[in-house]
Amino acid sequence: MYVDPEIIRLLAFLVGVIAFAALNAAYLVWLERKEAAHIQRRIGPKEVGPFGLLQPLVDGIKLMTKQLIVPAGVDPVLFKIAPILVMVPAIMSFVTIPFSDTLVARNLDIGLLAIFAFASVNVLGLLLGAWGSRNKYAVISAARVVSQNVAYEIPMLVTVVTLVMISGTMNLSKIVGLQLGGFWNWNIFNLSASPLMPIAFLIFFVCMLAETNRAPFDMAEAESELVAGAFTEYSGMGFGVFFMGEYANIVIGASVATILFLGGWDCPFGLFPGVHWFLIKMYFLIFTVIWIRWTYPRTTFYGLLNLSWKILIPISFVNLILTSAMLKVF
Amino acid sequence: MIDYLREIISGTWSLFVGLGITIRYFFQPVVTVQYPHQTLPMTPRFRGHIELVKDEETGETKCIVCGMCQKACPSNCITVNGEKREGVKGKVLTEYTLDFTKCSLCGLCVESCPTAAITFSKDYNLAGVRKEAYIFDLKKRLEAKN
Repeated sequence: MYVDPEIIRLLAFLVGVIAFAALNAAYLVWLERKEAAHIQRRIGPKEVGPFGLLQPLVDGIKLMTKQLIVPAGVDPVLFKIAPILVMVPAIMSFVTIPFSDTLVARNLDIGLLAIFAFASVNVLGLLLGAWGSRNKYAVISAARVVSQNVAYEIPMLVTVVTLVMISGTMNLSKIVGLQLGGFWNWNIFNLSASPLMPIAFLIFFVCMLAETNRAPFDMAEAESELVAGAFTEYSGMGFGVFFMGEYANIVIGASVATILFLGGWDCPFGLFPGVHWFLIKMYFLIFTVIWIRWTYPRTTFYGLLNLSWKILIPISFVNLILTSAMLKVF
Repeated sequence: MIDYLREIISGTWSLFVGLGITIRYFFQPVVTVQYPHQTLPMTPRFRGHIELVKDEETGETKCIVCGMCQKACPSNCITVNGEKREGVKGKVLTEYTLDFTKCSLCGLCVESCPTAAITFSKDYNLAGVRKEAYIFDLKKRLEAKN
């Protein structure tokens, strides 16, 4: 029987991507707890396995053994579909991400666009879950999430448009290909294209935090104000899948930031490029995301919107205009 | 315009200062005590339940069975009994029971004792599932210690 090697390759990538997303979701929880603990000068999980490494496994088993409660009065379809709507786009985004020049499931020419298209479905999942659970905290949280995402999508996409203008392509592999050869070629230091590039990276990073609903922008799950926000009525693995989706989205965000600004799989000194450099940069960004969570308190909702509309959007537009002017002049 | 930019720059800088503080804490040693595996020494003035004191010379209790602690106890949780024995001056302690379910740790018994025969113990691991576990036979505890 003849099987197309392309199908085998895609199946292998499918399994690999799902395993990568699930493992990341599980072990980022562990990393988060450990890092939070050490910033507060505690140890964190340490009893289950060496350094508490089996803790995510045990947590997963615990979540799976719990009853999936569907409260009376919820919309049964939306309530059940919402966690999947958060998880599936996150996993699908991995398909277009090039981990190295050969390690990519589907090298789409519009990979960047595809990732941002999938990323916006995440908001829809949260909105549907919150709306379907017929809970006032959840609905408040959903309203916040939507306005937050609308506010932060703009500076993020403007920054991305700037980058696409510089690179001239939306193919993620090609964007990395243009940055190879050492850290001075990375887009974050590409000062000849626009002197505001490091600031553009900061804007992108802040927007990524807001898009993934991470602290200090965790308005969706402001546990001190909104119980658990959109997740209030969820129990067991429904909640678990939401959480895995969130962490998978963080991985996606960090990967995209690595690809767009930090040269993907490129080595900073031009030696031994490969998937390990991609992972090092990505996990450093994830470490920073967690570090930020345990440093800053949650912003107020108006502070969050002011930051976007008054600071990030004007600066990203200035960067866009500056870049296009410089592209035209030079 | 200048104020707008200055506020952005100083605000961004303050965020980096905050990150610097937390990362310094991240690399500093852990300060918590891993409780079930490690314990801290109790402070000398810790007031646990009462305990009989051993007389260093005789190795026996210092209690003279005067019953002052029993009388001083506001919640009647102490029972002291003694008997006369041949050739021994004074009474000999036969029973010293503390009903810890009633004790409020007020310490009046320790204050009223004329021979300083009772003191506060340093026990705090006192979780249990049966009420009877909290009727302490202090005489047995002292003998177990010897």
